[in-house]
Amino acid sequence: MATEIRDPKTMSTVEMMKDEALFRQGLRARHRRGTLWKRFFQLALAIAFLALIALFFNIVNAAFGYIIENYAVDPQTLAPDGDLSALSEEALVDILLTNQSNRLPVYIRDYLFAGDASQFTSQPMYQALPNATLPEGTADLTVRDLTPEQQAQILIDNMDQRQLVSVVEAQVVSPSVLKTYSLMESIFNRAAIEQEYQEQFAAQGAVLRFYSWVNIDFITSPMSSNPAATGVRTAIQGTLWVVVLTILIAFPIGVGAAIYLEEYSSHEENSLTARISRIIETNIRNLAGVPSIIYGLLGLAIFVRVLSDITGGRTIISASLTMALLILPVIIINAQEAIRAVPSSMRDGSFGLGATRWQTVYKIVLPSALPGILTGTILGMSRAVGETAPLIIIGASTFILTDPSGPLSKFTVLPILVYNWTSRPQQPFRDAAAAGIIVLLIILLILNATAIIVRQRARRRLAS
Amino acid sequence: MSAVRATSPAGAYAIELRNVNVYYGANLAVQNVNLNIQRQKITAFIGPSGCGKSTVLRSLNRMNDLIAGARVEGDVIYNGQNLYAPNVDAVEVRRRIGMVFQKANPFPKSIYDNIAYGPRLLGIRGKKQLDELVERSLKGAFLWDEVRNDLKKSGLALSGGQQQRLCIARAIANEPDTILMDEPCSALDPIATQAIEELMQELVKKYTIVIVTHNMQQAQRVADFTAFYSIRKEVLPDGKDKRWGVLAEYGQTQQIFEHPASEETERYIGGEFG
Repeated sequence: MATEIRDPKTMSTVEMMKDEALFRQGLRARHRRGTLWKRFFQLALAIAFLALIALFFNIVNAAFGYIIENYAVDPQTLAPDGDLSALSEEALVDILLTNQSNRLPVYIRDYLFAGDASQFTSQPMYQALPNATLPEGTADLTVRDLTPEQQAQILIDNMDQRQLVSVVEAQVVSPSVLKTYSLMESIFNRAAIEQEYQEQFAAQGAVLRFYSWVNIDFITSPMSSNPAATGVRTAIQGTLWVVVLTILIAFPIGVGAAIYLEEYSSHEENSLTARISRIIETNIRNLAGVPSIIYGLLGLAIFVRVLSDITGGRTIISASLTMALLILPVIIINAQEAIRAVPSSMRDGSFGLGATRWQTVYKIVLPSALPGILTGTILGMSRAVGETAPLIIIGASTFILTDPSGPLSKFTVLPILVYNWTSRPQQPFRDAAAAGIIVLLIILLILNATAIIVRQRARRRLAS
Repeated sequence: MSAVRATSPAGAYAIELRNVNVYYGANLAVQNVNLNIQRQKITAFIGPSGCGKSTVLRSLNRMNDLIAGARVEGDVIYNGQNLYAPNVDAVEVRRRIGMVFQKANPFPKSIYDNIAYGPRLLGIRGKKQLDELVERSLKGAFLWDEVRNDLKKSGLALSGGQQQRLCIARAIANEPDTILMDEPCSALDPIATQAIEELMQELVKKYTIVIVTHNMQQAQRVADFTAFYSIRKEVLPDGKDKRWGVLAEYGQTQQIFEHPASEETERYIGGEFG
């Protein structure tokens, strides 16, 4: 193949096309360029993967590790092996009574009273706690007039054992985290941690132990101003309420709008309707790119202020309506794409058999488009789970102890809790925030997995 | 609602087209078609690409209504009733005049559900009736013996020829009078094509069939009557071409192929253009 290489400039196009040496030279260059691009794609993937690993590492690093903890009252002295959850309600309230008899009204207020906190002490008990079981003869008294024993009885009668355990843990045992270590330090620097503990903390009676910030108590406790006792239960429930309501609102509206735009608008007799539909369609595409905080402002103005009689102000339903607006464009656009991807031969077949437009949409188009529609819904749902800014604007609570009980409850959500904790100065709160992120990610994974299973079902039904 | 069928005197023709023009938006697609389609005969539409034969076919069961901007002028008279009269519902027309498309388009459902689709649209739900209807339709399309044990299988799992016969079975499940076929064999191999042609010869004993085909031998083999469409051209002042289709010649197939009246038909049949 030792053909002589000629200067392409001196050759005619036919000669160029036939020249063996020129072809080989060009082929090598073409392959080289291809390889270079392939390397770039691999690099891009590697960077994306590294970023993900770094993120994950960062969270895990903060969420696990040694802590040095101090107790106001050593749990070992309260219960056998320090296991408070094994105690009965009476024993738990007894602990409260002996250690903090003057704070019992506060617990009654925090856990049982639903109204305005400043009014609590001036109301008679039957009015303050209308649904509670009250000891005999206390109904007309205010909480200040009750004996500590009567107050204790109210706690026993109206709170469950789990709540009492968390009160005793948070208020009597009152663990305070003196210092925390990251997972990396805990693994590689154990000796130094041990030494620091012995020198500075052991004398105060503090305990050094390995601690997972994600644990059962963290998931099942409400928030607390004490990072060691704080939890995400209210936020998990708030997140679930908001997401489920958001999807219930956004899914039918979004899919309905997409069906109209794809299947009906271009067949409208009235050309004005068709033109308006096209303008709306363009705007929906732009809306998908509007910053979420602007939806927050809209939600604040409309759902929190103007419609406050219906929504109750800063409530779950206001948040869900705002989030629904936010994810509507995502759902509409994806549903439109999915509907457009259904071959027109399917529609022709249905119409040719004498189906009406609605029958064609319902029996042919929607079943075929369902997997794609659900993909859009999954994207929208993920966004609703993680979105923080609009909820801060519409005023989700940052500190709330009561679980949401319905669409009109005040609420908080996990991202807000995480945001709130990360902005605190105490290191333990940041560790708790990392744990909160892990919980958030797990919830996201569970929700997405559920949606994906539903989608696969729909796909399989189509294929079979 | 029964306008389409009630006024059915036993006229000589299944469908009569009178001065039919079809427009897509502002563009004339087919001009002034006058044509009488014979009852229980096979009529073939032939002609070069773009001559409007599919457009005319789709105007026979108002499938053109589904194309935004399409408009039909003139009368399409079916059993004495103008299909484009204001009191006629296109849904009823399509249920009486079935259609089979170029590319087999079974729904992504089971064979059974494909056949039962039309009856279910009307609200027929009884399992016994549907079972009986599915069997009768599949037998009518010569497909029963091949799929009788696989009625739950997806229609998409069948071969191309079987899929097209499934579509024919689906159409005859509706108990139509007339079946329109838009190049039903163009995507099929010769053996599957032969099966469809044999089926057509059987179906024509009960139904009026109109078929669009690019295959002249097919028209000769199956059709009793043949309509040859051609393209007319006009150069506009701005230098662009304006093209539209016309019905150039219509008659018995034998006559069209052996003694065409016009030179244009002869040249097309002889394979000189198209």
